[in-house]
Amino acid sequence: MKKTVIPIGPYHPLQEEAEFFQLHVEGEKVVDIDVDLGYNHRGIEKICESRTFDQVPFVVERICGICSTSHPLAYVQAVEEIAGVEVPERALYIRTIIAELERLHSHLLWLGLAGHFIGYNTVFMWAWRYREPVLDIMEEVTGNRQNYAMMKVGGVRRDLLDEDLPKIRKMVEGLHPPLNMFVGAVLDDPVIHARTKGVGVLTPEDAKAYGAVGPTARASGLAIDVRRDDPYAAYDRVHWKVITWPAGDVFAKAAVRLLEVPESIKIILQCLDQMKPGEIDAKVKEVPPGEGIGHVEAPRGETFHYVRSDGSNRPVRHKVRAPSYVNVPTFKATCIGQTVSDATIILAAVDPCYSCTERMAVTGRGRGKRPLTAQDLISLSQNETREILDTPTGKAAQKQLERKLIEGYSRIGGKAC
Amino acid sequence: MRDREEIIAKVKERLGGKVVSFCAKAPNRLYVGLDGENLPQAVRLVFEEMSARFAIVTGVDTPSGIEVLYHFSFDEAGLVLTFKVLLDAGAPRIDSITPIVKGAEWIEREIHELLGVEFVGHPNMKRLVLAEDWPEGVHPLRRSYGRDST
Repeated sequence: MKKTVIPIGPYHPLQEEAEFFQLHVEGEKVVDIDVDLGYNHRGIEKICESRTFDQVPFVVERICGICSTSHPLAYVQAVEEIAGVEVPERALYIRTIIAELERLHSHLLWLGLAGHFIGYNTVFMWAWRYREPVLDIMEEVTGNRQNYAMMKVGGVRRDLLDEDLPKIRKMVEGLHPPLNMFVGAVLDDPVIHARTKGVGVLTPEDAKAYGAVGPTARASGLAIDVRRDDPYAAYDRVHWKVITWPAGDVFAKAAVRLLEVPESIKIILQCLDQMKPGEIDAKVKEVPPGEGIGHVEAPRGETFHYVRSDGSNRPVRHKVRAPSYVNVPTFKATCIGQTVSDATIILAAVDPCYSCTERMAVTGRGRGKRPLTAQDLISLSQNETREILDTPTGKAAQKQLERKLIEGYSRIGGKAC
Repeated sequence: MRDREEIIAKVKERLGGKVVSFCAKAPNRLYVGLDGENLPQAVRLVFEEMSARFAIVTGVDTPSGIEVLYHFSFDEAGLVLTFKVLLDAGAPRIDSITPIVKGAEWIEREIHELLGVEFVGHPNMKRLVLAEDWPEGVHPLRRSYGRDST
């Protein structure tokens, strides 16, 4: 059969970020895939070499807007390792709370996007409805919905006020019951099963070969999580479960993220219970020569920072490896053999983040080939779901899902419109 | 295998005289210096035999040459093991580990562009992050880069 190349990009079929895919297809079937990076490079590793140790957190916070606390946290831990700093207990709890609030909103963001791309807008709207209170709390306690500027070498920049703590508690507690129901409703939904089960399977062997991390690896049955394996912040003081799912398909990736949401809530509540008044900053005066590694379980997986100091006031080298850098290449294992209309959701299933993946270069140039637009691809994927929703079973499933979600919403005092 | 001491002892025993330096900078951070020629054997040992997870590679331009650091994570023991190799800055060359670790493909391409290290035996050495019209032989993460213009 004649082989056709479908160029996708340089705008992502799912997210408003620039990169370039080439799907090689035979008829409907994907036979090869190539990813072209370089469109979002801002030279952040190089920039960090010209900033002082205290300025770098603000730079790396801007690597990614969604996991904007994971990068600074990994970086400050690397520097604290070089300087042998003992971070005050209260700061460790604050770091944990902020990191878990970030995971909550990031997983809900992904769920909404995934719903949208398979043309199931009910999921999209409800997921984002529940994400909003998390961002409101972030804004209230840190001053910003994103880029919280909380992490600093030696502790945190801002304390959580006494009046903030009950607000955080009320928000996460209020979210718990409807979220649980939401999780159950989505995981039981036949339409979502039809579109995601058995689709884009990543085997544990491939996950390991590519060094996949986070929910992408855990959905292939690998029980790895930096929070448990090499504990930082206050994770060794709280109890929670590392969620794994053996199937490796898109459904498994969704399941892992969904089930991690209640675990995050559990962690936040324990931190609120255990936190005591105290110092929040070890007031680090200087960083000696040396090297350090900080790694953090970001919502998308392990964020890895390596910092080297020569005893001056700035790092001589700062290496950043974001989770998407090792998760995106798994596309080669998951997309091949699948249909073009499923490629969209497979690409979305690792929750790719392109700005994170690229940190050092100059903007690339366009290509001569006429790309398939983002809308073309989303439409392909959405049409597939529409066909399912047009059947009597599909219709019934959507009705049931909506009913469950409205029920959940009314429990937190909301009125369905 | 769960224990940090066990892992460290096995690496020491299996690499033996090939280890140039051995340094535990923290209980959960181990740095092992090697000559470039022994790297593939060391990577096979930790990645294939001992099932460590490949984390990433870091390239550093230092006054004594280009340092390449291969970070592996033993997640079950919470241990990050880093192999350190020092290459001659004039013509940095080392065997590619991509044939052993698929996941190293991108980072070796990136280090090739940014620091000019040649990875011998890399299966797909083309540009990853720099623009197509970026001049050959100009490596932005080298210390010498940009010194004249700033």
